[in-house]
Amino acid sequence: MALRGPSGAGGGTVARRPGLARIARLLASQEGMLLLAILLLGAVVGAINPRFLAERNLQSILLGNAYVAVAAIGMSMVIICGHIDISVGSLIGVLATLSGTLAVAGLPIPLCWLLPILLGVLITTAMGAMIAFLRIPAIVLTLGMLSILKGGLISVTGGAWISDLPRGYQIAQTAPLGVKMPVLCMLLLTAAAAAWMRYSATGRSFYAVGGNAEAAELSGISRRRTTVLVFAVHGLFVGIAAVLYATQLSVIQSSVPANLELTIITAAVVGGVSILGGAGTVLGATLAAVLIAAIGSALIFVDLSPYWFRAVQGVLILLTVLADLSRRRRRGTLP
Amino acid sequence: MSEGGGGDAPGGWPARLAGGWLARLAGGLPARLAGGLPARLAGGLPARLAATMRRLALRQEAVLGVILVLALVVLGHLSDRYLTAENLLNQGRLMTEVALIALPMTLVIVTGGIDLSVGSTLGLAAILLGVSWKKLGLPLEAAIGVALLSGAAAGFVNGWFITRMRVPPLIMTLTTLAFYRGLAEGISAAHSVRGYPDWFATLGQGEVAGVPSQLWLLLAMAVFCWVLLARTGFGRSVHAIGYNEVAVRFSAIPADRVKLLVYTLSGLSAGLAAWVFVSRVGTTRSDMGMGVELDAIAAVVMGGASICGGIGTIPGTVLGVVLIQLLKNGLALTGVKGDATIVVIGAVLIASVLFTNLVQLRGWRAR
Repeated sequence: MALRGPSGAGGGTVARRPGLARIARLLASQEGMLLLAILLLGAVVGAINPRFLAERNLQSILLGNAYVAVAAIGMSMVIICGHIDISVGSLIGVLATLSGTLAVAGLPIPLCWLLPILLGVLITTAMGAMIAFLRIPAIVLTLGMLSILKGGLISVTGGAWISDLPRGYQIAQTAPLGVKMPVLCMLLLTAAAAAWMRYSATGRSFYAVGGNAEAAELSGISRRRTTVLVFAVHGLFVGIAAVLYATQLSVIQSSVPANLELTIITAAVVGGVSILGGAGTVLGATLAAVLIAAIGSALIFVDLSPYWFRAVQGVLILLTVLADLSRRRRRGTLP
Repeated sequence: MSEGGGGDAPGGWPARLAGGWLARLAGGLPARLAGGLPARLAGGLPARLAATMRRLALRQEAVLGVILVLALVVLGHLSDRYLTAENLLNQGRLMTEVALIALPMTLVIVTGGIDLSVGSTLGLAAILLGVSWKKLGLPLEAAIGVALLSGAAAGFVNGWFITRMRVPPLIMTLTTLAFYRGLAEGISAAHSVRGYPDWFATLGQGEVAGVPSQLWLLLAMAVFCWVLLARTGFGRSVHAIGYNEVAVRFSAIPADRVKLLVYTLSGLSAGLAAWVFVSRVGTTRSDMGMGVELDAIAAVVMGGASICGGIGTIPGTVLGVVLIQLLKNGLALTGVKGDATIVVIGAVLIASVLFTNLVQLRGWRAR
């Protein structure tokens, strides 16, 4: 029965199911569980401190962390494909600094947004090519890149603040269609990426290579090409995330946000992306990014000493991972 | 079930096969040079010797050794303060903490796992050392015991979840990287502990027989890890688990117990590093050891260990740690700022793996 359900081709089967079973199935999925966890968190913390649910707070949770969710989309694709990118936080720092520096230097503003994205794609594509053709394991290469990018950035800029940004540069503060840009980006990119991963041949090939590279190769999917491609797409999301990060405030600190790569990888993994590759969705990654941000904010509203934030966050993440593992074991999708 | 093994580890197999074909290739080469005689006739002692030499020359340790000598020569020319016994011994003092962590990390990586939480474990153990002495009023000797035990406990928790709950090592230790650091921050509440008595500084700042005292500790740990990994049945199991865990389980080797011990050792060693660190700097802060996991992993990988498991040696790791420290120091002495040295370390990490891969790949195709 489990063979028929999630294949996507069995649309008719799903429609004939009674509504309740359908809801139960949705809740049993990682995405459903995350959504439930977010709602539960909102209800509990809201009961303790109603200000948590105030529109302003909810908005600031989303606005401040949308770029993490955007980066987590690309990261989940990379992990689904069986690789990992530890350098993502440093790359975001480098690209954001580049964007701000270009803007201060007086380049046309659209170029200040586009050039970092382009450079992000170039760098990650080069990384993907090195992983695919020179057979350097992704974890080793990106560990090296983390040092190079982070050290390079700080030794060039000294971690200085970039201010005096030109008017109209802060694209993250605009609100087309009545929704703030970062949230809009997060929603649109998640929807687009989710559809692409599910329905396009390229999206499926990421799952195929991550699930069983040899089987994929035998069915005509080039492992090397797919690896380069997934890193290129990842670079696009990293670039967009960097521009959102750079333009959300009126100053940019030209350094690497602390532990950003961990937050992004955690979001992807808590979102249900299997670290072994081949399974997971980008929707889960986005939801998990929101959940992690909401947990961080909730801890403030329940008057916990800020020194304990990270410990509590760690425990909550561990609980999510354990719940996910036991759920998969029950379903028999884990060895 | 069957796909649970290391059968499709990308990038791992060429390295694994390399040992075999290199030996064959090298064995055939002198035969060809000897005028096309069949390899069987020329396969005497000289060929065997040449094969060994060739295999040795292409090992990661040899590559590292060459880089190390090059770095020493170049940096020694750039600064006359570099190649002095005093400076080198002092660098040994500075590298001990990373080395103490990198040694058991080698075992962890050889099992095919990883431990990202070691830096946070160091921080937690350091805080517990300071707090149990200053706040709880324990004797300092007991506080050191608390630090070591808490390190071992932190490693045991990692290992327990990894083996019993089957949480992938990357995820588990990523989680405890946040959790242990969080505990350290919560317990310390941003207060540092200082004012340790004089005798406590002996390990971190003193000398025994003219050599910084912690280097003796490091030597003991290195010998212990080397014997454990290269000379015992336990070490064989560690290699076997990284090579093919499913086969190991079918061979009735207690894979889970081996892994649990390896992670516990990693935690214990991080506790040991915490003791050395606190003794060296004379204070305790909750941000101690931040990022040290990256240095340690870089050293292990530079030392020739495969991140996919099954391959790795203690001498390689020691060379990796020494190279990183000498590069840091040499560049600092020649006027390169601290952050730029990180760039060089990242580049050397990639280059050393790249070089080995290129050499092996070319030979692979030539076959």
